Amino acid sequence: MQLQVTNSPFNQEQVELLNRLLPTLTESQHIWLCGYLSAVQSTAAFAPMSAEPQLSAALAVAGEALSAPVQPAGSREVTILFGSQTGNSQRLSGKLASLLTDSGFQVTLSAMNKFKPNGLKKVENLLIIASTHGEGEPPDNAISFHEFLYSKRAPQLDELYFSVLSLGDTSYEFFCQTGKDFDVRLEELGGKRLTPRMDCDLDYDEPAAEWFNQVAAALSERLNGSTAAPQTAAVSAAGIATATESEYSRTNPFHAEVLANINLNGRGSDRETRHLELSLDGSSLQYEPGDCLGLFPENHPRLVDELIQALGWSADEKVPFNKKGEEGSLREALLKHYEITVLTKPLLEQAAKLSANSGLQELAAPGKEKELKDYINGRDLLDLAQDFAPWNWTPAAFVGILRKLPARLYSIASSFQANPDEVHLTIRAVRYEANGRERYGVCSIHTAERLEPGDTVPIYIQNNPNFKLPTSAETPIIMIGPGTGVAPFRAFMEEREESGAEGKSWLFYGDRHFVTDFLYQTDWQRMLKDGVLTKLDVAFSRDSEEKVYVQHRILEQAAELYEWLQAGAHVYVCGDEKHMAHDVHSALITVIEQEGGISREKAEAYLADMQQQQRYQRDVY
Amino acid sequence: MANDQIVKPIGGPPSDVEHIKIESNYLRGALVETLRNPVTGSLPEDDNRLMKFHGSYMQDDRDLRNEREKQKLEAAYQFMLRVVVPGGVATAEQWLAMDELAHKYGNGTLRLTTRQAFQMHGVLKWNLKKTIRTINDKLMTTLAACGDVNRNVMSNPNPHLSEAHEQVNEWARRINNHLAPRTPAYHEIWLDGEKVESSEAAGEVEPIYGPVYLPRKFKIGLAVPPSNDVDVYSQDLGYIAILEKGKLIGFNVTVGGGMGMTHGDTATYPQLGRVIGFCTPEQTIDVAEKTVMIQRDYGNRSVRKNARFKYTIDRHGLDWFVDELHKRMDWKLEAPREFHFDSNGDRYGWIKGTNGKWNLTLYIQSGRIQDDGDYKLMTGLREIAKIHTGDFRLSPNQNLVIANITTQKKRKIVELIEQYKLTDGAHYSALRRSSISCVALPTCGLAMAEAERYLPTLIDKLDVVMDEAGLRDESIVIRMTGCPNGCGRPALGEISFIGKSPGKYNMYLGASFNGDRLNKMYKENIDETEIISTLTPIINRFAKEREQGEHFGDFVIRNGYVKATTSGLNFHD
Repeated sequence: MQLQVTNSPFNQEQVELLNRLLPTLTESQHIWLCGYLSAVQSTAAFAPMSAEPQLSAALAVAGEALSAPVQPAGSREVTILFGSQTGNSQRLSGKLASLLTDSGFQVTLSAMNKFKPNGLKKVENLLIIASTHGEGEPPDNAISFHEFLYSKRAPQLDELYFSVLSLGDTSYEFFCQTGKDFDVRLEELGGKRLTPRMDCDLDYDEPAAEWFNQVAAALSERLNGSTAAPQTAAVSAAGIATATESEYSRTNPFHAEVLANINLNGRGSDRETRHLELSLDGSSLQYEPGDCLGLFPENHPRLVDELIQALGWSADEKVPFNKKGEEGSLREALLKHYEITVLTKPLLEQAAKLSANSGLQELAAPGKEKELKDYINGRDLLDLAQDFAPWNWTPAAFVGILRKLPARLYSIASSFQANPDEVHLTIRAVRYEANGRERYGVCSIHTAERLEPGDTVPIYIQNNPNFKLPTSAETPIIMIGPGTGVAPFRAFMEEREESGAEGKSWLFYGDRHFVTDFLYQTDWQRMLKDGVLTKLDVAFSRDSEEKVYVQHRILEQAAELYEWLQAGAHVYVCGDEKHMAHDVHSALITVIEQEGGISREKAEAYLADMQQQQRYQRDVY
Repeated sequence: MANDQIVKPIGGPPSDVEHIKIESNYLRGALVETLRNPVTGSLPEDDNRLMKFHGSYMQDDRDLRNEREKQKLEAAYQFMLRVVVPGGVATAEQWLAMDELAHKYGNGTLRLTTRQAFQMHGVLKWNLKKTIRTINDKLMTTLAACGDVNRNVMSNPNPHLSEAHEQVNEWARRINNHLAPRTPAYHEIWLDGEKVESSEAAGEVEPIYGPVYLPRKFKIGLAVPPSNDVDVYSQDLGYIAILEKGKLIGFNVTVGGGMGMTHGDTATYPQLGRVIGFCTPEQTIDVAEKTVMIQRDYGNRSVRKNARFKYTIDRHGLDWFVDELHKRMDWKLEAPREFHFDSNGDRYGWIKGTNGKWNLTLYIQSGRIQDDGDYKLMTGLREIAKIHTGDFRLSPNQNLVIANITTQKKRKIVELIEQYKLTDGAHYSALRRSSISCVALPTCGLAMAEAERYLPTLIDKLDVVMDEAGLRDESIVIRMTGCPNGCGRPALGEISFIGKSPGKYNMYLGASFNGDRLNKMYKENIDETEIISTLTPIINRFAKEREQGEHFGDFVIRNGYVKATTSGLNFHD
């Protein structure tokens, strides 16, 4: 029987998914699924209170070959490994660890680079939480583990039960690639899935809570050998998000007052970089050098108005702001609550169902991935609304397919010790033209054009345990941060200045023009003069006929830089991931190869070892 | 002498600058290292002092100072580079080189200075070396364009008047070359010359200057009567050409002039040179060398604002100086010859020279070569330079002569002049054509008020007054400087303004039209409204009551607005 809306309790979308999935199942998969569905039903108490049917999660279930049969007599030992760049995965792992510990499990929690891979064979229950960076790359502290699993040394893992939670962003082509890599590889090595992998978009609280509940249920089930009442307590999305000592968090941001908003680029620059000073007074929020600040921006009013006009609705239409039942005007929803500047594949697929224009359906159809990717690139909701009219959507249905407007994370540019109750950010205004229209970076332009001293802006602190000053104040540090990448190093140096740290420090900075683009120039000059900063090398790419970048300065200083490394210096890189971080990485290997008189492979190992020891830390984006 | 009360005897230790000079090892200092420091676009104070000898001042865009401080950026440091052009004569090739450098490394404009030098602004520290090297490649130099040495030697730039003018120009060049510093530091730092170990015997490195150079800058100018365009009396050492039947037979020598003073300090004052005798052309070199050496030995090295040669002369007296000079030269000046000056201004427009070639004097507002809106002066001059076989001559009044145009090229050059509407200023008022202003804000660190950016606007307003009085074609020498240091020779304006603070000026009246009498302060610290309301009745009265041929500067004295200043010593009276 072919399922239809009329002959089943499912909606059109569900019908389509099921009709795609069911004919592909083998007999054993059929049997397993029947068991699985009845088990899920019996553990319904784990579902987050506010969770709605997660289409993408269902799709993920459907798309995977599920092969873990319900088995009795599992172990109480659980290993949680995380691969984290900005700290989200790490924090989620901590949450999961305490949840499982409270439920009577013995939990081993570790960053992937801290976990001895030869211990993997002994692990029975493995839970992985990993984010993805750039073009589908693993975060720094997951690189070595990722390489190990994909190497010839990877062991057979026939006894292993595992599950993966991956964090990502659907606006990137290789969405959740690292999580997918781990998931696929562990299966290839013989592991069995406890629960299907869960891929999370930016707004990860709800799916993460759901995955927590699923793995807790599955672990309990293995342990008790039945689907009897589990010992774990359900976790909610709100429970996931709570992060710091302060009552303020990502889900309950603090409204910080703007103290100053200065353009750091001198007149005549083709760039604009805002130095934003915010007050934390009354928030109890604290941070350490290397931490990030999440800032909730508003969309550009002009874009919002143009979009509403293109859609032909009234700005006052009532629409939901979120799934919690809050609602208000369409204009406010689009200004403050929903993302309208980024198109993603899932969004287009859903929009295709609401468009009467066959063009969009064709574009979203399988086999058109290349065309879809080209279309998505550099376009926003206004393009979509204009290009594929007429539409069959209501304002509520329209906002229903939008992603929540995410906070933007910025590396903090100040030391809390040096600036109590203040936090400083370095934000470069993003403006560009694409497809015949001027485009803006949502948060940077909000900051550059519409935030004035006295205004408030919702913020939260995001700890970044993977970008921290050495524990010893004597340890030399080498900081490589061109452009806005210099921000955390201002925090580092302010902290060392404030605490009177004696360790040597060396900053590599670069941008386009010396005269206009030398961010925090007078701060660095003062620190150099006072001896707080030991060395400063700069590269201004557009001041000379040949373009010079920080990696060139690194190579010029190879001998001394290697001496610092040998003396135990920590190396920090912050800024552009695509070009700078790669070029700097390769320059560092060259320095080690050349000055250490060793092979390229050995030099790579030297640097990988530094990474392992957290002597080489990166905050790249 | 009466001046004993004003010019105090030298006492006290050498000034800071003297220490910097003596420790600099013939102008090297730490320049090689500090020029390389990539963290700042500036130089430390000591090296900046030395940079002047190399032809450059560190400046910053003062319009941006406060703004950049808030932006956590250092001041917009940049360097002014001055290029020595003896007698103001530059080839077309040199012109093109300066034009290109101005666009490549400068702010896209050039300044013709009141000392007939090229000046470019806005050069970043990292580009100094490339710029200076190119200037030297084109057989020019920046060495000694600034600093406590002899500066660019001035002379009447007009080649058309007679063969004698060419000869005077040649003597200007020779004196200039003779007094150029010999230190190898310039080649080492800018031209990648071999480092030369300085000789133990100081005299061998700088036989004229010695290891501490002069106490202060030293200025020389050569005038060819009846034109006093070089303002010969404003020079430390002046030569007034004496011609007989069109032949140059020698020069009257003047000593002890100078413009600079300090507001509120009557021990500082502008002074005029005085004629002390006559020498032949060949003797000019010896006179210059020995005069410089006397100033080297007797100048005030303790207080810089009293260090100019004029104070040395006034302290010891003219007779003492002439004796000392004669002793050192081992020959004596002859008695001065008769001469007569008409004016210190320029003649504009086309003139055919005695050599049959053509010359065009263009009016250049404030000496600034730039494309300003529709007036594409800089582009036009560049196009002319590309085809011009003669040369360019920078006048002491900041104007420009396109000189020695052949009859064959004249038609083409006229076409370009018309195409770019380059002007000899004929459509401007005579007042505007008789104006000089210094650079002042935003680049000059000494300026207290605007000059170059403001004088044209003030003249717009004065033109209305002059027009109504029927004086549109009356030349009145009008000058404005942003400070009292004297780059625009303000003490020799019939009407002058010296900046006190933004928008406020001291107004001086009563210099002579030909540059042989200083002016005197008439009003202190006044703004534009008061300038106009003060000058309007005087100008109106001048129009009605002037005597035949009487100049404005003489008129204000005759009518008692100010007393005549007969010497710098009574300038403040």
